[in-house]
Amino acid sequence: MSAISRRLFLGFALLLAGAASAQLSIEITGAGANRIPVAIADFAGDAGLARALTSVIRGDLERSGLFRLVDTSGAALNESSAIDFVDWKDRGADAIAAGSLGTAPDGRLEARFRLHDVNKQVTLGGAAYVTSTAQLRAAGHRIADAIYEKLTGEKGIFSTRIAYVVKSAGRYELQIADADGQNAQPALVSKEPIISPTWSPDGSRVAYVSFENKKPIIFVHSLATGKRQVVANFKGSNSAPAWSPDGSRLAIVLTKDGNSQIYTVAADGSGVQRLTTSPAIDTEPRWAADGSALYFTSDRGGSPQIYRASADGSGAQRVTFDGSYNVSPRPAPDGKTLAYITRREGRFQLAVMDVASRQVQVLTDSHKDESPSFAPNGRMILIATEMGGRGVLSAVSSDGRIKQRLSISAGDVREPAWGPFLR
Amino acid sequence: MNKLIVSLFAIAALLAGCGNNPPADQGPAAPVESRGADSGTGVAKVTVDNVDSSGLPRELTDPKSILSKRSIYFDLDKYDIKDEYKDLVAAHAKFLNANRGFKVLLQGNTDERGSREYNLSLGQKRADAVKKSLILLGVKEDQVESVSLGKEKPSCTESTEDCWSKNRRADILYKGPSGKGEF
Repeated sequence: MSAISRRLFLGFALLLAGAASAQLSIEITGAGANRIPVAIADFAGDAGLARALTSVIRGDLERSGLFRLVDTSGAALNESSAIDFVDWKDRGADAIAAGSLGTAPDGRLEARFRLHDVNKQVTLGGAAYVTSTAQLRAAGHRIADAIYEKLTGEKGIFSTRIAYVVKSAGRYELQIADADGQNAQPALVSKEPIISPTWSPDGSRVAYVSFENKKPIIFVHSLATGKRQVVANFKGSNSAPAWSPDGSRLAIVLTKDGNSQIYTVAADGSGVQRLTTSPAIDTEPRWAADGSALYFTSDRGGSPQIYRASADGSGAQRVTFDGSYNVSPRPAPDGKTLAYITRREGRFQLAVMDVASRQVQVLTDSHKDESPSFAPNGRMILIATEMGGRGVLSAVSSDGRIKQRLSISAGDVREPAWGPFLR
Repeated sequence: MNKLIVSLFAIAALLAGCGNNPPADQGPAAPVESRGADSGTGVAKVTVDNVDSSGLPRELTDPKSILSKRSIYFDLDKYDIKDEYKDLVAAHAKFLNANRGFKVLLQGNTDERGSREYNLSLGQKRADAVKKSLILLGVKEDQVESVSLGKEKPSCTESTEDCWSKNRRADILYKGPSGKGEF
């Protein structure tokens, strides 16, 4: 191939990469110790669509790190097939799911499945979801969630969405994607930085800090309509939004009265009230999921540490004591653990603390971890980190065993926020 | 092969056309040299008035004027103005005192290490230090706004101390009475 055609080829490949750059790709870099062996038989029905549906379900379960997929070759099953439990036990499966893609009575596409316990030789349950070609992946995530919940006892997060910011050559995009990184859509494109996205509890809005006006301003952005509302644009800096568990108010950080202090404001920007009064930096507020406490970062003791106060900001008590830099507190959905970023020997790493015992575990061996975000079931924590000089996202299980890396081909990914359960 | 190259060429050119303002020098398949609309005319632009393109008086932007120096650098973990910048801050205070219609936006910055939001608060301390000095020197509160860009707008992007020291900085942006200016 001549030099010119090679250059063309390269150029073409780069363009293709650019076109595909909106998609996150996920790589599993660690898995749980005791994975449940599960067989997901090929769904019956239209060959192409059924294959796509089956692969979404298998991909979800496998990526969770909690399941090992058992080979199902040769099995032709649907949700009403009788299951040969002895055969599936021989194949090493603890559970088997079978289903089909068919037509609902009203003519719409319907995905149905049934899940069986191989050892107990009983049916664990099943369901049918009306879907469409465009919504096929969503139906697959629903089925994977149902299987996950039956087999682990906790709710699945395959139908949830994540928000993150992609930075590429002078351009910042707030993107919303499915939890598996697919179906990424830009919600906001800006020439200036966007940081601190955080989901409203109902999943319909995202609050964030935008620098589009040469200073940090807090917006609430309705995802379906694209309508943006300025929630805080006071003199000075406006940052670090966090939703109250009922979605009515936001905890925010303002400098309008001097140093960075925590306030609350209604989601429409009205009724600002001051929560903390210290001569230091108070920032990164987060309410516990039950609304009983407010965690935040403060350097009132000389170094940045995490504090816990009543929901109204009173009675702050220091929570972190190891080391001179502990920031970005994120209480788990069940309130029992606290994820945060700790600096150890110059490396910024994700740590979790058992709130009752104050026991701390560092979960990563990276060195530029930032912005942790719990999955709504508390099982995984999404963080931003750096790999080969590029910003990537990493999902780590709260016991540190399962690790996934989400990267994007063109650009830095950062500021992840895991959305709530789908209602 | 020639046919293949031609069709790749066509697709690549088509895709390039769809992109958002791809820089001309990066168009992998650009068939001809690409030029900016106003380049190659051979005419140097001379501006004779005392106001620059941002609408600000020359004394704020002329490289020979101390007022064109707008950055104040800080030491690691420090938020106080070093002696070497006191004359610079005093010169800006003098201008603002003599020109009450002018306003400044002070943007604080930090190096890249650590939490984005905590760095935002640290950058605020640097902008606040400049604001406090200006106020002490007689500048009116309503002429000054101090804000932070945290670690979001580094002027230098390598992970080296040399770079980090350039990012521990507060910048002064001006706006004139007409509302025209840098912010």
